[in-house]
Amino acid sequence: MLRLFSLLFFCVISFNASAAVSETQDNSALTTLVEQLPTTKLDKMAPLIKAIAATSAPQVQDILKPLMAGDLYYLKANKQVVAAQKNQQQQYQVTDVLTAEALTAVDKSAIKKIRTNNRLRGQIRDLLANLDLTHPDKAVRIEAVKQLLQNPNQTGISSVTNLIKGEQDASVRELMSVILLIDQLESGSTAEKLSAAQQLSGRLESKVKNELVNQLDLLAEQPENAELRTVLTKSIDDIEQQASVYGLVENLFFGLSLGSVLLLAAIGLAITFGVMGVINMAHGEMMMLGAYTTYVIQQMFPNLIEYSLLMAVPAAFLVSGFVGVLIERGVIRFLKGRPLETLLATFGISLILQQLVRSVFSPLNRQVQAPQWMTGSLEINPMLSLTYNRLYIILFALMVFFSLLMILKKSSLGLHVRAVSQNRDMARALSIKSSWVDAITFGLGSGIAGIAGVALSQLTNVGPNLGQAYIIDSFLVVVFGGVGNLWGTLVAAMTMGTFNKFLEPSMGPVLSNIIVLVGLVLFIQKRPKGLFPQKGRSAD
Amino acid sequence: MKLKKLIVASSIVATGLMTNFAYAADNIKVGVLHSLSGTMAISETTLKDTVLMMIADQNAKGGLLGKQIEPVVVDPASNWPLFAEKGRELLAKEKVDVIFGSWTSVSRKSVLPVLEELNGLMFYPVQYEGEESSKNVFYTGAAPNQQAIPAVDYLMNDIGAERFVLLGTDYVYPRTTNKILEAYLMAKGVKAEDIMVNYTPFGHSDWQGIVADVKKFGSTGKQTAVISTVNGDANIPFYKELGNQGISAEDIPVIAFSVGEEELSGFDTKPLVGHLAAWNYFQSVDTKENAEFIANWKKYIGDAKRVTNDPMEATYIGFKMWVKAVEKAGTTDVDAVEQAMIGIAVPNLTGGIAVMNPNHHLSKPVLIGEIQEDGQFEVVWETADTVIGDAWSDFLPSSKNLVSDWTAPIKCGNFDVTTAKCSGQKF
Repeated sequence: MLRLFSLLFFCVISFNASAAVSETQDNSALTTLVEQLPTTKLDKMAPLIKAIAATSAPQVQDILKPLMAGDLYYLKANKQVVAAQKNQQQQYQVTDVLTAEALTAVDKSAIKKIRTNNRLRGQIRDLLANLDLTHPDKAVRIEAVKQLLQNPNQTGISSVTNLIKGEQDASVRELMSVILLIDQLESGSTAEKLSAAQQLSGRLESKVKNELVNQLDLLAEQPENAELRTVLTKSIDDIEQQASVYGLVENLFFGLSLGSVLLLAAIGLAITFGVMGVINMAHGEMMMLGAYTTYVIQQMFPNLIEYSLLMAVPAAFLVSGFVGVLIERGVIRFLKGRPLETLLATFGISLILQQLVRSVFSPLNRQVQAPQWMTGSLEINPMLSLTYNRLYIILFALMVFFSLLMILKKSSLGLHVRAVSQNRDMARALSIKSSWVDAITFGLGSGIAGIAGVALSQLTNVGPNLGQAYIIDSFLVVVFGGVGNLWGTLVAAMTMGTFNKFLEPSMGPVLSNIIVLVGLVLFIQKRPKGLFPQKGRSAD
Repeated sequence: MKLKKLIVASSIVATGLMTNFAYAADNIKVGVLHSLSGTMAISETTLKDTVLMMIADQNAKGGLLGKQIEPVVVDPASNWPLFAEKGRELLAKEKVDVIFGSWTSVSRKSVLPVLEELNGLMFYPVQYEGEESSKNVFYTGAAPNQQAIPAVDYLMNDIGAERFVLLGTDYVYPRTTNKILEAYLMAKGVKAEDIMVNYTPFGHSDWQGIVADVKKFGSTGKQTAVISTVNGDANIPFYKELGNQGISAEDIPVIAFSVGEEELSGFDTKPLVGHLAAWNYFQSVDTKENAEFIANWKKYIGDAKRVTNDPMEATYIGFKMWVKAVEKAGTTDVDAVEQAMIGIAVPNLTGGIAVMNPNHHLSKPVLIGEIQEDGQFEVVWETADTVIGDAWSDFLPSSKNLVSDWTAPIKCGNFDVTTAKCSGQKF
């Protein structure tokens, strides 16, 4: 959205410049129309906008683009229609849309916005798309053609017919030909329809399928044209077959994405609960602290939003890790071997932390901004697009997982941790400071939870209750995967995620959660130690 | 189990401390029954402050019937059964003359039997699903015909929507509202396959699958719109996901019944711009009364960034009406005030006059606004006149024959016009 706005903004500026160079046409028709803008009611705007576009004056884009972006105002004093941009001094930089003449900056109170609504913006978007078909930038042209494909109109189609031969870019040309084929399918002769239907087979644009289905429906009333009907049915089948494949891929992606969130939430717990055996009810709050750290970082560096997440990862690790060490030193070490009391004490800590955050940051949710690279989606084809934030979080979760695995398997700290968790007395006899290892391990688990919080801040609301939403799932994942087994956690998280997402379309999110939970309980009945139980003496 | 008791016990202690106001013997007491902790605290704390501001204003003007008004604030802690307990405490122990309170329907349903048993009086300030009219409650929020039905009309007539997705949080308000809407859409000729219904739990944050389904549902070439009764903070991830999957308000507009200025404040509203909300009040409405109210509120709360919203207006109207009714009746006696309330008129903050009808619901204008980048709404449509709140929906078979009229001779909250009988149920 922002990208679109900034794009429009730049367009406005560049077009203003070019309009200033070109001779100021005496365009009395346009002037009269523009003068009506401030006084026209919303429900009468559509014909006015259409008329403005129909003048095809060079200024049309200078008027419609700001109107769509909500930057078109009029001066209260003389009803002069202007495009306005807020400047650094909180004033509005105004430009006359007809003459492109920059006026002196004014206060907000001196101008009034020319209102639009969704329907008008849709209309303007279509009109602008027609104008953008000849835009020098290929990306803009593609967007314009796509828009036209979505909402075909006669003006657009005839300009495409003229433009397609001169179009240099193959992808734009291809989309243009789809538009023409759809037009043929709609209004051509039977032979043309037949060839169009054949050529459109396998196109994934939703408009194509709708049009094919429409034609088939029309044919139902006329029994002749059996050939066209077969071709149409075949093309539709082709498209549907592809759609079901891509639907499967999409579902798998959703499942992995949910799985990676579960993995992030559970992986810290896999250390504190899985390896150390501490039932840490405050685990969710460690994530919450991580998310709030992200918020604080964004507040401290408001100009570095793009990098804020990168900075937040180490910061959140340190903050949550530090708090984790404090909790271990201050409370948990005194309750060793008493799981019920640990549970109650850590639950108490979780309430204290929540209240602390409520007092410091207020009970309201805090806004964590998404950097530009985390928004939008990667469009693979018209039927399948993967959102960037989910994509990055899957990668991030795997990265965290493998780094943790490396730490535990390859570093001396990991060796000590494993030694202490397997046989504390023997480890101490071998001069490992077991209490120190405990504190570091707990800090590591908490720190990882903090990192998870950074990722979660991009997906969910950052508020005092953030942790509670994930604590149950985290325990489930760890228990399901097998306590003390990192690989088990990975497999368990991904299994639960995909299972959930494959159930969701038919069951709805509430029921699919319940089914996953029931399935898990049954599984645990069968295999109390989870997917990958630890074997050997260390298991006890 | 133990933990739950512990939480309840500690919150009781906490609220006990809070209610310990020093008070004079001959004051008019106003009970405030809003959650100050728990999930609903975000929304309800604001209403508590609004009531306190109104009381302070009234006291500054010399009080009521020559007496000072004294607030009694309790905290039901977003715990539904606790609403009944705290309501009882307000009525039996504190002997308050009126209660302003509740947000969620389930909390209102919880306190309702207590109000009727002890003959209390409560003002309920939030838009709700209707299908209720108690002698002891005045509903100053919107009934479905003052919010949901006009919103659907707007979508059909102005946006040209032909397919509808009804998304809601899984509890009583969205389920009842969606039932009414489904019946209404069917009556308008929308086919069953053009309606998709989906419920999600409170605080749902993983919207990717649902949004993808909406996208598919909306790609058949017919204009599609989403009617959202999603409540609370689940909205933000929902709108974010819409933005990320490239669905703009021009393609598939979302109209929300539970998203207001307060919910949007402090959020990045860029992905939401152009989506809609239906309310009876928006902060952006330019009237003298509204400007005054906003200025008062900002001054009272000491924060220039605070926003106002629809339930606050409902609280404002409710309080003003109660004051007028007490003055008219000359007493705070519940039965006298209840009768005096009917017909009382108070100016809306958005212009026009709100009138209390015999069915304990208000006449209000309905506004539809588009979300702007600054978190405010811009009104794009409004009803020509005020709409009378309908306690019993005409679109549900079970309630289409019912009316509510608390004036003589009917004096009944659910009067069946075909059998001319009151069901005898108290609400």
